[in-house]
Amino acid sequence: MKKNNTGLNTYCENTWCPGCGNFGILQAFKQAIISLEKKGMPRENVVVVSGIGCNSKITDYLNLNSFTSLHGRPITSAQGIKLANINLKVIVFSGDGGSYNEGISHLIHAAKRNNDITVLVSDNRNFALTTGQFTATSPKGFKGVSSPEGNIETPFNPLEIILSSKATFIARGYSAKIEHLENLIIEGIKHKGFSFIEILQPCVSFFNNYQFYQERVYELKKHDFTSLKEAQEKIKEWDYIDETKKIPIGIFYKIKKPTYEEAVLNRLNLSKKEKQVNLKKALNDHL
Amino acid sequence: MKKDYSILIGGQAGQGSRRAGLIIAKLFNQLGYRIFIYDDYQSLIKGGHNFSKIRVSEKQVLSQRLKIDFLLALDKKTIEKHKNDLADNGIIIYNSDKIKEKQGIGVPIETTVRELGGISIMANTALISAFAKIIGVERKILEKVLKKEIKKGIDLNLKIARKTYNETKNLIKIDKVEKQILPLLSGNEAISLGMIKADLDLYIAYPMTPATGILHYLVSHQKYFNISACQFENEISVINTAIGGAFAGARTAVGTSGGGFALMVEALSLAAQSETPILIIESQRMSPASGVPTCTAQSDLLFTLTAGHGDFLRFVIAPGDAEQSFFWAGKALNLCWKYQTPSILLVDKEISESTFSFNKNLLENIKYEKPLLWHKEKEYKRYRITKNGISPLAFPGQKNIVSKANSYEHDEFGITVDDEKAVEKMQLKRLRKFQSMREEVEKLKAVEVYGNKTSEKAIVAWGSTIGPVKEIVEELNIKLIQPIIVEPFPEKQMKKALKGVKKLISVELNALGQMEKVLNCYGIKPNERILKYNGRPFLPEELREKISKIL
Repeated sequence: MKKNNTGLNTYCENTWCPGCGNFGILQAFKQAIISLEKKGMPRENVVVVSGIGCNSKITDYLNLNSFTSLHGRPITSAQGIKLANINLKVIVFSGDGGSYNEGISHLIHAAKRNNDITVLVSDNRNFALTTGQFTATSPKGFKGVSSPEGNIETPFNPLEIILSSKATFIARGYSAKIEHLENLIIEGIKHKGFSFIEILQPCVSFFNNYQFYQERVYELKKHDFTSLKEAQEKIKEWDYIDETKKIPIGIFYKIKKPTYEEAVLNRLNLSKKEKQVNLKKALNDHL
Repeated sequence: MKKDYSILIGGQAGQGSRRAGLIIAKLFNQLGYRIFIYDDYQSLIKGGHNFSKIRVSEKQVLSQRLKIDFLLALDKKTIEKHKNDLADNGIIIYNSDKIKEKQGIGVPIETTVRELGGISIMANTALISAFAKIIGVERKILEKVLKKEIKKGIDLNLKIARKTYNETKNLIKIDKVEKQILPLLSGNEAISLGMIKADLDLYIAYPMTPATGILHYLVSHQKYFNISACQFENEISVINTAIGGAFAGARTAVGTSGGGFALMVEALSLAAQSETPILIIESQRMSPASGVPTCTAQSDLLFTLTAGHGDFLRFVIAPGDAEQSFFWAGKALNLCWKYQTPSILLVDKEISESTFSFNKNLLENIKYEKPLLWHKEKEYKRYRITKNGISPLAFPGQKNIVSKANSYEHDEFGITVDDEKAVEKMQLKRLRKFQSMREEVEKLKAVEVYGNKTSEKAIVAWGSTIGPVKEIVEELNIKLIQPIIVEPFPEKQMKKALKGVKKLISVELNALGQMEKVLNCYGIKPNERILKYNGRPFLPEELREKISKIL
């Protein structure tokens, strides 16, 4: 990444811990952008949106249009950006703290609406930027600064939630498998509708589960992406609790459905700006 | 005799008194009268007691009156509750199928509807028609209004109308007023039109009384106005989505009441820090917490002035009626974009849900004002340091630019910073912008003065309270001062308005005197205060008594 001939880097100093899983995610994303650009996606149409957390620093490191939003809110910012200009490719970078804790209502509703945005969640399974408190995906017994005796809550499986929320593209990647992740991101951005990619990301400082993932992660074979039943089975293979299970990565589910923006904008004719003309006519209804 | 009448129509929720009230108002509208409708209803769908008070006058009116000239009762409770407010020559017209009453005129409205094969809601048509006959409104005017207002089953409704009209005796003759017929708009509708005139692209909301009417109006007129109006999962989503949209170039607005605004406050601070234009309509209702949700108050003033963590300035604009709301909603949207700032239009239930005669000529006073846009002059930097603190705007999707907005403190390009020099530099840029905003306020008509402008006695009132106060200052020959823009505070204009005033009375609808506190901050000390906090607007009659006592 030292070579900066892609124009994708900024002058901002990178402050992630050495060995942080986010480096792999950044690398995979940049490769995905370059690949999509070669296929004709204009760079100026890309907008990256993040919130607060280690992973959200990524907007500073990318020389792309960006909106660094509030903690838990980048999905909402992204859906607004897309509504304003449907030609834009809007990609959200969020963490487990932002999307599974603080802003989970937005994740569920954006998936339900099928907003045409891509959400990448770097799931390091703790609040790292605030020095390691438990999140919704921290294992039971996780010892962090706010749970010195061990986390008393059981984690949920975010993919199960997102599937029940009617997302139309659901995948899981792993920050140490960069090329695999790059392809998932390309597929996610190409997907028309709400695309969701959960990214397993070891946190070197507060929850280094690199070895754990290395031993368990495997790539899904080709299957029927449109089968809800298959998606359910594969998503449930690992429940974020059971340590004896293998962890599938890849695309679980992918279906076609009209997007929210299409539904909203089809009712209108935003291409023609004729706003003022009917105002007097509208007033006649009030006589 | 002065042409100024008050009609009250009441019934249970679900009986349709509100709609009937609007139709009655439109009858008088056809006669050239100016209209004000006050709607009083409860937070329930069926039962209870709802009423509309329709004031019709040859002059523009912005307030109800206490005394009722015509009391129209769909149910018994309406008579019980309002009988004491009947004027000396007042007439009661009631549903004789439901009510046994000695006084007034009974009309068998339910029987008529049943005989002609109608449904129960059509009893309103019968009551309206009986009323029209009693006061001498021509049948053709009645039928014209009914045809326009009733879309479903109009033939049957007209049958009911004709039968009742024929069978009712005429008592008096209400004169016509020789004036142009004006559209009737609720405050929420006027706000919507103001935003549309200023080129609104996107309106987002979560339902909350009394602001919900804006969402309903804009959603049902999306095609007319060529905008998107959407409902999202909560107020936090609403405002953050709107801010995202504005960052990408859409002129956005959101609407809510105090509780919803409380949820939006974190993002208000985001809009200020990221310098994203966003218009927030805050229509106040009786608080704290869930309060009295369908009643009015002016108790969120201090909240809107100070909401949001951190140092930032926002425009807070408090218009007092539908015409002012139209103008200032449009102006506020333009100001948001001129200064890349959040702005709050502060109204209340009394403005949002009351109905007013609206002067169409005012439409021309608002148009789209172009914000400062980037013209390829230099490399694009979202937060370019400028003399007046305003950085040119460009949007994602434009060639040769990278637009980076940031909730963290940032440099000109939008990259997060924390070193002391960079932090101070950007704060200074925003401070210069705030100064530009202060100067802008003094260029606008931020303070209105009414009544006897040379009087040494003055009332200071804001928002919907100017309606009843305006009537009283004319009677008492004193001055009314209305601050419309409250933040940044128009110090110079207020000083001018207060020149020569020796006795100042502050009148507002809250328990702690919030505007008075604001005035105190600028060295203005009202001598007396009149406050009301029972969820109802001031009535001119009670104000006359209270003000006269003080003077």
